[in-house]
Parts: sequence; structure tokens; C-alpha cells
Amino acid sequence: MNDTEFQAYVQEGGQVETGDAMPDDYRKALIKFIEMHGNSELMGVLPEREWILRAPTLQRKLALTAKVQDEVGHSQLIYRVVEDLGKPREACLEDLVAGKTKFHNVFHYPTKTWGDVAVIAWLVDAAAIISQKALLKCSYAPYARIMKKICWEESFHILHGRDCILALMTGTDEQRELVQEAVTRWWGPLMQFHGNPIVAEDDPMYHWRIKSQANEDARQQFLDGYVPQIWELGLTVPDPKLRQRDDGVWEYSEPDWDELKHVVTGHGPKTEERLGFRRWSREETAWVRRAVLADAA
Amino acid sequence: MIFEVFRQEREGQPFQHGGSLEAPNLAFAETYARELYGRRDESFALWIVPRESVEEVLDPYVADVFDRDYRRVDGYSLKVKLKEARGRAGTAGTG
Repeated sequence: MNDTEFQAYVQEGGQVETGDAMPDDYRKALIKFIEMHGNSELMGVLPEREWILRAPTLQRKLALTAKVQDEVGHSQLIYRVVEDLGKPREACLEDLVAGKTKFHNVFHYPTKTWGDVAVIAWLVDAAAIISQKALLKCSYAPYARIMKKICWEESFHILHGRDCILALMTGTDEQRELVQEAVTRWWGPLMQFHGNPIVAEDDPMYHWRIKSQANEDARQQFLDGYVPQIWELGLTVPDPKLRQRDDGVWEYSEPDWDELKHVVTGHGPKTEERLGFRRWSREETAWVRRAVLADAA
Repeated sequence: MIFEVFRQEREGQPFQHGGSLEAPNLAFAETYARELYGRRDESFALWIVPRESVEEVLDPYVADVFDRDYRRVDGYSLKVKLKEARGRAGTAGTG
């Protein structure tokens, strides 16, 4: 199969296994895409981790800890897929802490209050699940299979998020205010999350059917599913142009694509601090890995 | 070392591939597999197999050199024969 035939094969729904012959460009695109997903799972726990010790109840503390454990588990599974494609996990971690590879924009921002934690668990997870569900149809079968387990675990997370939101929204005025402030803070990054509305055919990830959903389709699906939920709780979205047209399409103000680019290239408000934490944690725990590996050998 | 993990979701069901993990030995692999696949009681049992012990056979179909329909359900067309047998027994149309 030459590259053109391979592309036609994956476009028609063909699936690819680890040992199959594949074009170099396809392998490179897979590594880039899946590695960024693994990085995002690993970095995505940090904003929430910061709240484990400050969670309002023991139940929330336990749930948040469990969620953090799930996400780290996802990153392990995802890095395994990358590893089988030829890039070892150690190299992925090295590149991540060196700032050479990327992770999702939303994990570069601070969590100022418990309201942010609730909004992350509710809306950021919702946006992520939309992309992850679409990946169940990825042309690379080992990745698609792993997504099944990941999506299953994400379904608990989103309920946890809604539960946190409802607890706050049925609480005091101050608690409701916390949620509103957080929604206002996160709306910009949420609208940037699925990426610029590049035409699917121009997206190399779509080309190889690594992604099978256009960025704008994912964003529309998010708006469709969640704006009504936001509104029904009496919350507002900081975008005066946001409305659903009669044909069902959502209109909104142009997201700040410069901010997205600036943030994911390592200039977010928390990028340096969080990568610094990862570096520190890798150094601090290096002796454990050495001891374990020596003992196991 | 890479270990492949197979999970059985419920008792009596077939084992299905769940994913793979990296561990220095089988004891660690078991601990990791429990954490990754057993945290929510979602697996009844696990098989943990070193990857190199898995023998992959691609295209396992044994070539159809002879007519092998006697191995398959569609190799047994009973309708006509049953009709004839019933006719001879004088029970045609009763069942």
C-alpha cells in the first residue's frame, strides 16, 4: 500500500494496528497527537491536585483524589500507546518538562476558588469528553480501544462535576457567585479548547482520520449540550453575541486565537509553575524508581 | 517489560484485551493492573501476560482447499430432506 492508498484506506474506515506497515507521516502525526493527549492528562491533574487539601468536605476530597488517580492512569495508558509507536515514555516526560511538547490550553490556567474546580470538572471535562468520544473512531485501533476505558471513567467525572455545581448553586448567594465568577473566567479558554475552525479537509489529523470530527463541530456540540444547562441554573455566559440560530447553529464572538496560541506554546499564567512542579516531582521521586527497578531486576 | 492485560468483565464471559502496561516484573504488573482495571470492581478476573509470550497469528483461516461446508451451519440444508421424510412417513403437513 502506498501513502495515497493508505490514506484512502483509513478514510474509508480502515483501522491500523501497531505492527502494520504505515507511512512515516502517519506515525509522526499519531505520536504528536497522542503524546499531547497523554501530556494533557498528566498536566490536567495539577489544577485539581492543588485543591485536594482544600476540598470542602471529606467526600469531595476523596472524589477529587480518585479523579486525579484516574487521570494519571489515563496518561499511563496513553503514553503506552505512544511508546508502541516508537517514542519511549521517558522521552515523552523529558520533552514535556523541557517545554518541547504541548498540552491542552485549559491546564495552563489557575484555579482560584473551589468554583473553578467545579467548573473544570463540569465544563472542561464536558468539552474534553466530546473530543474523546470522537476518538473512539480513530483510525489507529490501539488508541481507539484505550479511549473506551477512558470515556467510561470520564462519565463519573462529569457527574462529580455536576454534583459539585449543583451543591454550590443550591447554596448561599456567595456560593452561586463563586460559580458565576468561575464560568466567566473559564468561558474564553473553553471556547478556544476545540481549536480554530480549520476546515476539516485542511487538518492533517483529519486527513489520516486520527481525528474524525472537525474542530467547529466539536465546539457546536459543546454549546448545544451545555449552554442550555448553564442557562437553566440561572448562570450567564460572558458573550453578548452567543445565541442559537433557527437552524440550530450557535453564533458566538470570535474566540481569542492569539491567546490560545500564546498559552499552548508555553506562555500561560501557570505554565512555568506547573512544569516546574513536574520537574521537581520527577527529581524528588527518582530514587524510588531507581530502588524499585534495582529491586525488580 | 511490557505486559498485555486481558479482562473478564463478568464471571463466565470471555476475556478481552484491556490494554498494556509497563512494569519491571510480574509482581508490579499485577499491582498496576489492579489499579488500572480493578478500581471500580469493573473486572471479574484479569490475565496478565508478558508481551513476548503472546504468539500472534495473523490470517488464521485454514485455506478452503476442499469443500469444507460440513464444518459450518450452512453445510446442512435439511428442508428438502425433511419434507421427503415426512412424505414417506405420511406425516406431511402436521408439523
